[in-house]
Amino acid sequence: MSSLETKKSGRKLLLGAYIDFIRIRFLTMLAYRVNYYTGILIYSLNIGVNYFTWKAIYGEGGSAGVTLGGFTLTQMTSYLAVSWMARAFYFNNLDREISTDIRDGSIAIQFIRPYNYVLVKMMQGLGEGMFRFMLFMIPGMTIAMLLFPVQLPTDPAAWTGFLVMLFFSFLINTQINVITGLSAFFVENNEGMMRMKRVIVDLFSGLIVPITLFPGWLSSILKLLPFQAITYLPGSVFTGQVKGVGIWNVLGIQIFWFLALLIPMVWLYHAARQRLFVQGG
Amino acid sequence: MKNYMKTRLTYRADFWVEVVSDLLFQATNFIFILVIFMHTNSLAGWSQGEVIFVYGFFMVPFGLFGCFVNMWNFSERYITKGEMDRVLTRPAHNLFQIFLENINPPSLSGSIIGLIIMAISGTQLGLPFEWWTIPALIILSLSAVAIYTGIYTALTSLSFYSDAPTGIIPLMYNIQNYGRYPVTIYNRAIQVLLTWILPFAFVGVYPAAIFLQRTEMMKIALLTPVMGAIFAGIGLVAWNYGVKKYKGAGS
Repeated sequence: MSSLETKKSGRKLLLGAYIDFIRIRFLTMLAYRVNYYTGILIYSLNIGVNYFTWKAIYGEGGSAGVTLGGFTLTQMTSYLAVSWMARAFYFNNLDREISTDIRDGSIAIQFIRPYNYVLVKMMQGLGEGMFRFMLFMIPGMTIAMLLFPVQLPTDPAAWTGFLVMLFFSFLINTQINVITGLSAFFVENNEGMMRMKRVIVDLFSGLIVPITLFPGWLSSILKLLPFQAITYLPGSVFTGQVKGVGIWNVLGIQIFWFLALLIPMVWLYHAARQRLFVQGG
Repeated sequence: MKNYMKTRLTYRADFWVEVVSDLLFQATNFIFILVIFMHTNSLAGWSQGEVIFVYGFFMVPFGLFGCFVNMWNFSERYITKGEMDRVLTRPAHNLFQIFLENINPPSLSGSIIGLIIMAISGTQLGLPFEWWTIPALIILSLSAVAIYTGIYTALTSLSFYSDAPTGIIPLMYNIQNYGRYPVTIYNRAIQVLLTWILPFAFVGVYPAAIFLQRTEMMKIALLTPVMGAIFAGIGLVAWNYGVKKYKGAGS
């Protein structure tokens, strides 16, 4: 066998290994699926409580078609349901996993293995995401649609677009998680950072309040940050209340942030390896 | 105990990072309330000042709970890593030891801010300051902490039964916020849930109603200490039962 061929088959093997990481995480999650039945209940409750809060905010105007920040009550309800269920898919704890690896030192072994640590983590995140998509998001969405007045588009193109946008939400959120996790190399205790990140992502991504309802100065700042690409943009385009911003626009913004976030992520990863070698002597 | 405080305070930077992250968490909830009242004048008959007052009250027991009853990492630290075995060999009650080992002083900053918020919004609302205000505040806060402790202890004791890392607690974290809003806006099922099953409404809107002189909630608000005792009891029983079932870490 020529060296080129071994290299090729080696690469094939490696690709297989990465796919195995997805599969293994998926199966691990499946073993713990009971947790997610309660998760579906709790997410439905979240949607319900938010729905009633907004209903009280709209007051009498809710049935009269009053809009707040471009949302009628029905659109707001749909937006909430879609946003929470998107979160059911894209959420993961990679930040915690990575900083645990760093703190107990097991990251040293993972770094000398013949694969890219960050890529492996992202693959595991994807395995978890696929599990969450099938056993958390889809059943949860079904329940939410039965319980609350949710209106979703019927056009298959909108659905395809939404799934692609959702995938980018996952990528961007996961990149932010990896960056937060890797920061454990440089900050003594990144517990606070992880909590801050969680809160910031939930609020600034528009999960709790759609970004158009924030005061003008704040929403114009938020439009310059990556968080809106996680929840607000896909959710509002899919439920159809933000006119003039199409699927292609949103995808463009998401791709931009995906590429932009690669820079700090790769840089942190290299800096972390360097630091590990220095410490290891 | 004193030595313990010293070790915690050694890491000054950590301390401040945690204070900031705690306050940021509270700030986001504030932003939510402010944004809501940019678009409406009243939430089911509650004004902005009243909702903020309720939030201020909520922060007091929440901070105390975060400081003295920190069970966030219990399953990971004590079950997976086997530290529970060490705790069980000592004479003091195991739950008490775990509470002591996990004291987290930065959380108290939230309680202090909560008191300040209550004072400011209470003055703006023209709430009377009576002789019973301070004792009532202490009793209600302690009862609220007991409710929290009961709920979270019962949930944490689930990790004695299953070896799965319980993902319920982080999920629950969102729900506890909802007890702060006037529960009357929710439909019946959610009201019952927040009052009797996961009584987070007793950690926010009900006790605060006493200070706000909301007569319609007065009767139920006076039940707060009773609920505290009941739920602390449930938590303790569930815990002791779980410890009995516990067989030690794998090896």
